[in-house]
Amino acid sequence: MLSLGSVGAKSTKPSFVSYVTPEEIKLEKEPPKIEKHPDLLPGEVEFCCANPILKYTQDDMSQRGIFGTLFCTNFRVTFISDEKSQEETTKTFKNKLYGENDIPLMCVDHIYGVYDEKKKLITGGLVKNKYPSKMIIHCKDLRVFQFCLTFTKEEDAKKIFQGIAHHCLEERSLKCVFAFSYSGTPSPEMQRKWETILFDSPEDWTQEMKRTRANCRLVTENENFELSQRLPKYFVIPSALGDLFSYQGKGFPIWCWSHHSGCALFKASLPPVTQEDGDFQKHLDIMLNAVAHNYLYSAKTEDLSESLPTIQDIQQSYNKFKQFFLIENSTDFWLSDVKWFSSLESSGWLDIIRQCLQKAVEVVECLEKDNTNVLITEEEGTDLCCVISSLVQIMLDPYYRTLMGFQSLVQKEWVAGCHAFLDRCNHLHQKDKECHSPVFLLFLECVWQLVQQHSPAFQFSETYLTVLSDSVDVPVFSTFLFNSAHHRESVMKAESPLAQSSPLSCPTVWDWSVQFDSKAQNFFFNPLYSEKVKHEKAVRKAHKPKHQRQLSLPSTAFKPPSKKGFFKDETDSLKKILRVKRLSRWMGSPDSPAATTRGFYESWKQRPLDYHGLLLPCLDGPAVRVWMQRYLRWIPEVHIMGGGSVAVMTKLMELLSQVQDLKRVLEQRDSSQAVKLDHRPYIQHRLLSFGSSGRLSSSFPFAYSRNRSFKPIIPTGLMQSLMVTDSLASQEDEASSFVSLV
Amino acid sequence: MEKSGSVDSVESLCSSTTTRSDRSSGTRVSDTELRSKGRAIEKVLQCKYTSKGELPLLPEELVQDSAKDVTYICPFVGPVRGSLTVTNYRLFFRCTDREPVFGLDLPLGVLSRVEKIGAATSRGDVSYGLACKDMRNLRFVHKEPEDSLKKSVFEVLMKFAFPVSNNMSLFAFEYKQVFPENGWRVYDPLAEYKRQGLPKESWRISKVNDHYELCDSYPAALVVPVTITDEELRRISSFRAKGRIPVLSWIHPESQAAVVRASQPMVGQNGRRCKEDEKLLQAIMDANAQSHKIFIFDARPSVNAAANKMKGGGYESEDAYQNAELVFLDIHNIHVMRESQRKLKEVVYPNIEDSHWLSNLESTHWLEHIKLILAGALRIADKVESGKTSVVVHCSDGWDRTPQLTSLALIMLDSHYRTIRGFQILLEKEWLSFGHRFQQRVGHGDKNHTDADRSPIFLQFIDCVWQMTRQFPAAFEFNEYFLITILDQLYSCLFGTFLCNSEQQRLKEEVPKHTVSLWSFVNSQLEEFVNPLYVHYPSHVLFPTVGIRHLQLWVTYYIRWNPRMRPQEPVHQRYKELLAKRAELQKRVEELQREAANRTASSSSERAGSPTRSITPVQTFV
Repeated sequence: MLSLGSVGAKSTKPSFVSYVTPEEIKLEKEPPKIEKHPDLLPGEVEFCCANPILKYTQDDMSQRGIFGTLFCTNFRVTFISDEKSQEETTKTFKNKLYGENDIPLMCVDHIYGVYDEKKKLITGGLVKNKYPSKMIIHCKDLRVFQFCLTFTKEEDAKKIFQGIAHHCLEERSLKCVFAFSYSGTPSPEMQRKWETILFDSPEDWTQEMKRTRANCRLVTENENFELSQRLPKYFVIPSALGDLFSYQGKGFPIWCWSHHSGCALFKASLPPVTQEDGDFQKHLDIMLNAVAHNYLYSAKTEDLSESLPTIQDIQQSYNKFKQFFLIENSTDFWLSDVKWFSSLESSGWLDIIRQCLQKAVEVVECLEKDNTNVLITEEEGTDLCCVISSLVQIMLDPYYRTLMGFQSLVQKEWVAGCHAFLDRCNHLHQKDKECHSPVFLLFLECVWQLVQQHSPAFQFSETYLTVLSDSVDVPVFSTFLFNSAHHRESVMKAESPLAQSSPLSCPTVWDWSVQFDSKAQNFFFNPLYSEKVKHEKAVRKAHKPKHQRQLSLPSTAFKPPSKKGFFKDETDSLKKILRVKRLSRWMGSPDSPAATTRGFYESWKQRPLDYHGLLLPCLDGPAVRVWMQRYLRWIPEVHIMGGGSVAVMTKLMELLSQVQDLKRVLEQRDSSQAVKLDHRPYIQHRLLSFGSSGRLSSSFPFAYSRNRSFKPIIPTGLMQSLMVTDSLASQEDEASSFVSLV
Repeated sequence: MEKSGSVDSVESLCSSTTTRSDRSSGTRVSDTELRSKGRAIEKVLQCKYTSKGELPLLPEELVQDSAKDVTYICPFVGPVRGSLTVTNYRLFFRCTDREPVFGLDLPLGVLSRVEKIGAATSRGDVSYGLACKDMRNLRFVHKEPEDSLKKSVFEVLMKFAFPVSNNMSLFAFEYKQVFPENGWRVYDPLAEYKRQGLPKESWRISKVNDHYELCDSYPAALVVPVTITDEELRRISSFRAKGRIPVLSWIHPESQAAVVRASQPMVGQNGRRCKEDEKLLQAIMDANAQSHKIFIFDARPSVNAAANKMKGGGYESEDAYQNAELVFLDIHNIHVMRESQRKLKEVVYPNIEDSHWLSNLESTHWLEHIKLILAGALRIADKVESGKTSVVVHCSDGWDRTPQLTSLALIMLDSHYRTIRGFQILLEKEWLSFGHRFQQRVGHGDKNHTDADRSPIFLQFIDCVWQMTRQFPAAFEFNEYFLITILDQLYSCLFGTFLCNSEQQRLKEEVPKHTVSLWSFVNSQLEEFVNPLYVHYPSHVLFPTVGIRHLQLWVTYYIRWNPRMRPQEPVHQRYKELLAKRAELQKRVEELQREAANRTASSSSERAGSPTRSITPVQTFV
């Protein structure tokens, strides 16, 4: 056992030295040469492989490893151990597409090479010359892999290194993405249960307008993308908006959602700024007018690019932030633990989350309290507009807090709404850094904060959000692969093997059966979800409004102008009067945006909390947290053996299933009363038996710890953590009297 | 003593117990219940106005003074006007100009300082600042009485807030509530050592300290190796600071590795040795056949331990103690901790600076201290559990950092201490009987708020326990409210439990005879403190993660006065709901089964469907 006294602490120094020297390896028996190959997915092709490769394991604080073969295919980098690992077979939460030793090519974030004990970021230039002794792969889902290349034949090592570097780092064309080669057959079972509304047909939009009682106009003129290639195929605009073609495909106020009072939220890209400022202003006025016409002639507008961080800021902040979780060894971990809070703060990531939620609360206040139409704008209208509008809808509309509702929302605002996933996620490793930004992840982070604070209001769990954030980088699904609806359609048509007949069909990410069996999908549901009382289902079918809570004050100040048959002059003059009062450029207090909504938040908090009503996040310092599950799941140092929220969840699921069983027994007993069973999607909680264990680790269901001995993880270098320089430290404990017994 | 009213008063003490009348409304958590639960935390043990607006007092509580037209400067809602009442136990403020009625109700014991701020204004208004031990400051504005002979309500307040400084007795000695259970009987040292399975062949319970002659800050019952005589113990006592010799705290039921606590050896600059002490440590090691080593954990940073040599103290040299390995745990002294708490209060009260919250929190070092304490306890527990090695733990005097470490290690090692009653025993044993100086560290009823002996040592320990309950939500029988209640009663001086500095002092003052134990109150309404998620795994050892990434600031305690940080416990609420629902369904099923069995005694095949059978065994943990 190493001595862990403070003496030892001084000498600890981060290093990348392999603790297994080549000599030691030679002493062991030669790794048996068994030809092993990965189980390829349909359409997957193996490029190259090398053996033996040593994969370091992070467990046990040591830098030991396992020998095996490293492969590179058109889908993933995969490592197959020479030993049989029993983990894979016993896993309850297993991804069918890739396992714990697989890295989908799109998921690779950075590759580092260790040359002569020096760690270098691998870029195009370095690949040509020589291969490193150790290759470190950082993944977008925050896994860290370390492979030692020195045991294999030189040419194999070179080949695998160059292969991986080529396929993971080089800019490539969309055609090469695995999704276009993947030929998995969609499971018929899932097709049936497919309830997510994709918003790719006029009916979906009509239905949504009906559900929210919106009074807007569906635009079908862009069906063949004649208006603009950046616009969705179908979209909804205020009914007052006139001629569409004069807008050059920009600056449409696009309807997002209608509040039960009648006011609505719109988003828009900004029209191009021409030489004449007047034109721009005129256009804005027309837009705002159209929006205002929607309800009570009132509107507020805000350019999000002025008040929120830019997508570059977001990218920069996230880059800093994620570094704290890409831990390569225990020494690094404990070193970074020391300045943990200030490091977090300096990345600014939590603050960006807070700002987005804050902005969403402001919009919610306008809709809910003032019953004002809101128009949010942005250069493209597909980045922060998507974040804010989706958050607003989740806060206001309980439907979007169900699993299907949430997925429909992502389809509506992000996928059909033309968020440039391909560019933002940098799926093609383009060198142009300007357009990369984890905007969608930022949105999921904000949702996680809400889930964390108001867990019973959400039907889905944090595990669902974590899996969804990972799925963005799995190159099998078409959902997050394109920049716009037009892009999707044109590529799909061109790439189809039978180009003439039907477009190619990739599975959507919402077909969860592609990745997880139904048992594992149980983890997507929040056992704490407080469901609406039974009759609610019927209400939803009839598309009745779901806003039952009456928080907002009826707007008595203004009578709604009747839409038709009014004298034109009269309406115009009314408009003029109203414009002064109700057309405003947002609340003009940039000094403390938090203060403006504070009152709104507090008055909301005074009321009894209704999980099916308005939901607001608490944004005070301690309330905005790090998404522990997503960021800490692969770090063995922070795994709590036998603890974590999984202990609670397991208990709850067990109890739920017991309640359900008892109900069933009651119903069997009481057959005269033909009460319908509670058919929840997660009725088989019983199946989730976790064996003997109350001893799962907190990282469950993601990383399984091999740490079977339940050894505690003892920090190293404690003294460095706390340098109390004050004189207090040297004072005697007993201040008043120290009795010397000499 | 009024025995007749005892049951009623228990109820009045916990007036906000959630009563659920309607359980049939499905599995949804009622929102109002959630809210009432959140508030309940402050309500229990506080009074509510009756419909007439009278203040129902505790037995022997007397109103001393009251004043109208006092303004409370609330940092969250602004100035509030109302009336202030001072009793010999509490301060009660009730606003008169606001809906819903707003009130403050705090035991005077939480006050650490009451002072006039500035001179009177032209209108004769005087400002008073009240600093509290529970992380808040209160400010009142009040008109000075015209008659200069008449005392202001705040002068009365000062008198009763600091009874010790004013030669009066603490309210705990007046309070004569009778509870169904007598909490003073919770801990019986002999029974506890018996429960641990103390092997008679290697350890004995010595009577050498029966009259506190060997060490006045130690308990009467001491467990030492059989091979060491009382005479040798006496000699050792002159070698250990304050006579606090190495004695057994806990023994592992299987490996017989022991946790032993002590104070620092009086080595001094000349490297004094004591052969009896060396023999004692050797005997401790020999009592455990599994290991040929012993670990000495010195809680202090090595620099401080070395500095103690100048003053006659120091640490064990590895030359003198064969087979012993010394490890320093780098935990700082009471002054550093007090300063850290002061900074923490600045950061969390009254307002939180959102954008710099994390760096502000880091600058207090509070969580780093928590990390070091937990890390130290973890290393001790690891040596005992995984290494099967006996350990000796000490700091300087062995009454601050030492109980923090031993009691946390014991919680990790022994699931008994994670139950409500087990935790009480742990506190009675490691903290109270082994002489943690509660009177000095908290300063009960003492106006000397700058006293350098005050330090939040016990608070840190409870914080560490809380961190563990966060990491292992199903491993503790008690809930967060239990921990908060302990801390609130630590300051309130309503119960005698945390009074005085040692067992000897408590006996001398006849504390058990004249006061009520906190455990009398707690054990008379246990259901309030039960964690519904608790699963009893007798053999599980808990190894928490001590990385600061997994430590949180205890918001529901430190920031509980901020209305924006409302506690939310949906998990527990939902769980309680489900438990109730299951119990109800279970009852229905049983009823129906009985009915069916009566009707068709012959057809046995239909009886008892398999689901029911699979459910029954799980009943055990409810």
